[in-house]
Amino acid sequence: MSNIPSELKYTSSHEWARLEEDGSVTIGITDHAQGLLGDVVFIELPEVDTEIEAGAEAGVVESVKAASDIYVPLSGTIIAVNENLMEKPEIVNSDPYGEGWMFCIQPLDEEDLNELMDADDYAEQVASEEH
Amino acid sequence: MLIFELSQQSRQAFSQIPTQKIILSDIPEHFLRKNRPNLPEVSELQVVRHYTRLSQKNFSIDTHFYPLGSCTMKYNPRGVHRLASLPGFINRHPLSPAEHSQGYLSCVFEFQEILKEVTGMQAVSLTPMAGAQGEFAGVAMIRAYHQARGDAGRTEILVPDAAHGTNPASAVMCGYKVREIPTDAEGDVDLIALKAAVGPQTAGIMLTNPSTLGVFERHIEEIAHIIHQAGGLLYYDGANLNAILGKVRPGDMGFDVMHINLHKTFATPHGGGGPGAGPVAANPRLAPFLPVPMVVYEKGCYRWLTKKDCPQSIGRLSTFMGNAGIIMRAYIYARLLGCEGLLRVAEYATLNANYLLAQLRKIGYKPAFAKRLATHEFILTLNQLAKQFNITAMDVAKRLLDYGFHAPTTYFPLLVPECLLIEPTETESKEALDAFVNAMQAIWQEAQTEGDKVRGAPYSLPVRRLDDVKAVRELDIVWQSKDS
Repeated sequence: MSNIPSELKYTSSHEWARLEEDGSVTIGITDHAQGLLGDVVFIELPEVDTEIEAGAEAGVVESVKAASDIYVPLSGTIIAVNENLMEKPEIVNSDPYGEGWMFCIQPLDEEDLNELMDADDYAEQVASEEH
Repeated sequence: MLIFELSQQSRQAFSQIPTQKIILSDIPEHFLRKNRPNLPEVSELQVVRHYTRLSQKNFSIDTHFYPLGSCTMKYNPRGVHRLASLPGFINRHPLSPAEHSQGYLSCVFEFQEILKEVTGMQAVSLTPMAGAQGEFAGVAMIRAYHQARGDAGRTEILVPDAAHGTNPASAVMCGYKVREIPTDAEGDVDLIALKAAVGPQTAGIMLTNPSTLGVFERHIEEIAHIIHQAGGLLYYDGANLNAILGKVRPGDMGFDVMHINLHKTFATPHGGGGPGAGPVAANPRLAPFLPVPMVVYEKGCYRWLTKKDCPQSIGRLSTFMGNAGIIMRAYIYARLLGCEGLLRVAEYATLNANYLLAQLRKIGYKPAFAKRLATHEFILTLNQLAKQFNITAMDVAKRLLDYGFHAPTTYFPLLVPECLLIEPTETESKEALDAFVNAMQAIWQEAQTEGDKVRGAPYSLPVRRLDDVKAVRELDIVWQSKDS
């Protein structure tokens, strides 16, 4: 069973989102997603200062099996990206919720986070996909 | 070992050296190279041994059962090759005037007619140089159709999540936005999601039927109705046409335009970069937009149709008219099989797949869509094996190589976890299928009792398990001599 931390919010396309103290939101892909993808070999991330709408493609994760888009869970402006992943994309496999974060967004409306799934709902989705 | 590493200075293969000095006087001096190219200097025997050895390392359809799902690795009949190599065909120059090419043109014309018949479409152009170019042509035709009607608001192409990657790529190449449609639990397109996604912005949908999930899309008529109601068009990806050849026609299902992969349905050579051929077929609505040239028969003669005859055509896709030798092979294959034979293509492809699936289920392998009949291919999900015994689909695939079988397709489509996509094709005998079942039975046992053996496979090939990550991240395919 993959790791699904209870304090995070989730999307059906397997991104996680964490509200930080300064009101920004950090985004990455879930443990389940990295497990499905297998060894990650390349990551493409958005540019800082890009304004982006919820549901839009913000980047690409490429593994030995497939290339998969990363979607933005909520509208806002990209304020930081994890440059480390360019050199070491394998961090996404080893630490998807920590050092493997992908980018940080300043949301237009913090409330949008409530639209996302909580850990229980996401665990249910993962279980139904695995059956 | 690379052939460059065999090189010894001044060693030559004398029989290959031109007997006359060739002087190319019309190339300007500054384009002529000053130094000799850095080619390997080897003897004729070294060349023969080197390439023979390489060919012996190949896994190919001529040596092994090759159940690579979604790829249709079927036998390329030698008789077809022999007839297509008749001097009259291979010596014809593509610029020969039509009056000197009536024999060749009649074959092309007849093949267009055969493809019209098996697709249920009104017109066919053989010119696309590969399946992906056929897709590009088809989507370009959809675009040209909407443009010709002044219908400028259609910016989206719908693609199911199980589609071949080329589908969204072709749509994007033609300037469309791609919207993905999910699949329901039984492998059909999710109709509720489809209805929600369709609108005045919909240019069309790209569908493969049977789908990449190895099942027939049961709601195809309803899908066609939904798309057409909204003013969109239906594109048929002919990748799996071999499963329904002569049984159901895409034109009758409501598709407007499609491509055909000749290597999959009409047994032309496959892999190694082709050469490919991806004829495109269209119904009356889209026929005027087909790429040129095509062959027409009028007043007792065959001739090429060009842009002058077809002003709305999307134009040319290649210098001449596609891969002539491949089109010829497909035509000969169709003529050798005849109507009855072509029907058996679909019947045996489906029978072989369902037999194989039934045998593998007896062992304990789990199909991804247990309630559905397989078409020409099927998906196993090895999720349980992965969880219980830590044996992945990749491990099983690699172990199959040791048993003398090419691995099935792994991890595609990605929406099925730990999957193997298996396509036996119609050209395999029951004995070949049974031998494969026996190997899968042996691996099933090994997975439970000798897991490390499966995880360490393969053992019997020129190379062991490859480092996929290193291969992708540190791609290095340029040879450099040790002295440089």
